[in-house]
Amino acid sequence: MTTIRLSVPETADRGEIIELRAMIQHEMESGFRFGSRGEMIPQDIITKFECFYNGTLVFSSDFHPGVAANPILKFYARANESGSFEFVWTDQNGQSWSDSAQIEVS
Amino acid sequence: MRLLAACFLFVGAACSPQTTQREPDFPIEASLRVSGSSFLTPETVAQQNDDFENPGYLWVERGADLFEQGETSCEGCHKNGLEGVATHYPAFDTGTQTLVNLEGRINLCRTRHQGLTALPYESDQLLSLTAFVAEQSRGLPISVEVTPQTQSAFESGGAYFMTRRGQLNLACTQCHDDNWGKQLRGDTISQGHSNGFPAYRFEWEDFGSLHRRLHDCDTGVRAEPMELGSQTYIDLEFYLAVRASGLELESPGIRR
Repeated sequence: MTTIRLSVPETADRGEIIELRAMIQHEMESGFRFGSRGEMIPQDIITKFECFYNGTLVFSSDFHPGVAANPILKFYARANESGSFEFVWTDQNGQSWSDSAQIEVS
Repeated sequence: MRLLAACFLFVGAACSPQTTQREPDFPIEASLRVSGSSFLTPETVAQQNDDFENPGYLWVERGADLFEQGETSCEGCHKNGLEGVATHYPAFDTGTQTLVNLEGRINLCRTRHQGLTALPYESDQLLSLTAFVAEQSRGLPISVEVTPQTQSAFESGGAYFMTRRGQLNLACTQCHDDNWGKQLRGDTISQGHSNGFPAYRFEWEDFGSLHRRLHDCDTGVRAEPMELGSQTYIDLEFYLAVRASGLELESPGIRR
C-alpha cells in the first residue's frame, strides 16, 4: 500500500497565500541501475503530479528519472474559498494515487 | 589483541554484581561523543527535524496504523503509548534468557501475547512498527547499561567492534573511534553511533534498521556480513547503545 502525507492548513484568511506540502511513498526506480546479477532494473517512476483546488488545476509537475524516491513537493496557493485540495500522482503506466484535504476559508 | 582482552577483563571486574555500576571505558570519552547528525549538512538536519519533510514518517505513520490493527492489537495493552521505551533497548529478556532489540521485542510480543507470527527482519511491517515505537522516544537520551546478565553480550559486541575484518582489514574502531571528524573522500567520518536508527538513508533511498546499516559497514570493508537479526549484530547493537548512552534518540533519523 502506498502511503501519502499531506500538509494543508485547516483554516486560512480569504486571499491568504498558503503553503502546501505533499509526499508520496514511491521507489522512483530510474531504469539506469543494474541488479546484483547484472540485469537492468526496469524503470518505474511517477511521471505526473497535479493539485486541484475545488476541481481547478492549480499546480502540476512532470517527474523524470532523476527525481529521488519518496518525492516531496512544496508549493503555494491563494486561499479564495473553502473546499478541498486534491493531490493526484500518476505513474508511467497510468496508475494513479490520490488524497485530499479540507480547508476552511473565512 | 592481548591488550584488548585485558581491557575487557577490567570492564568485567568493574561490573560485577557487588560493585556499583560504572560506565565502561570507551576510546571516545563521554564529553566528546556526538550524534551522527553533527556530521550532516544543516539542510539534512533541518529535514530530519521537520516532522513532515522527514521521509521516515512514512514508516512511522504506517506503524501507527499497524499498532491499532487486529483483534489483539498492540494498543489493546499499550494504551498509554510507549514513550521512553526505545531508549532502553537492546534489553535482556528473562523469558528467553537472551538479549533482544526493539525488533525482537516486537516479535516476542506478537508470538507471546498476540497469537501472531513473528515478522521477518527488515520487512516493511516490522520496520514500520519499530519506527513507530522508536519515534515515541524521540529526543530522549539513550539509557542502556551493562548488567551482569548482559556482560557477555557487551564483551562480544565490543570484540566485534574492535576486530579487524574483511579484505580491507579494518575494524569499526579504526574509523569511528580513531579518525572521526576527518574526511574519507567526500564524507566526514562519524563516530558511528546508533541513535538515529531505524533511519532513512539517502544512499538507500529507503528506510532501514541498524542491522541493515551494520550489514553495509561489513560489506564496505569487504567482510562477510552477518544475518540481519543475528545474535552477533544484536550484541554489537548493545555495545553501540551503551556507547551512545546519553545521546538523544533521533529515530526516524536521516543519514547519508
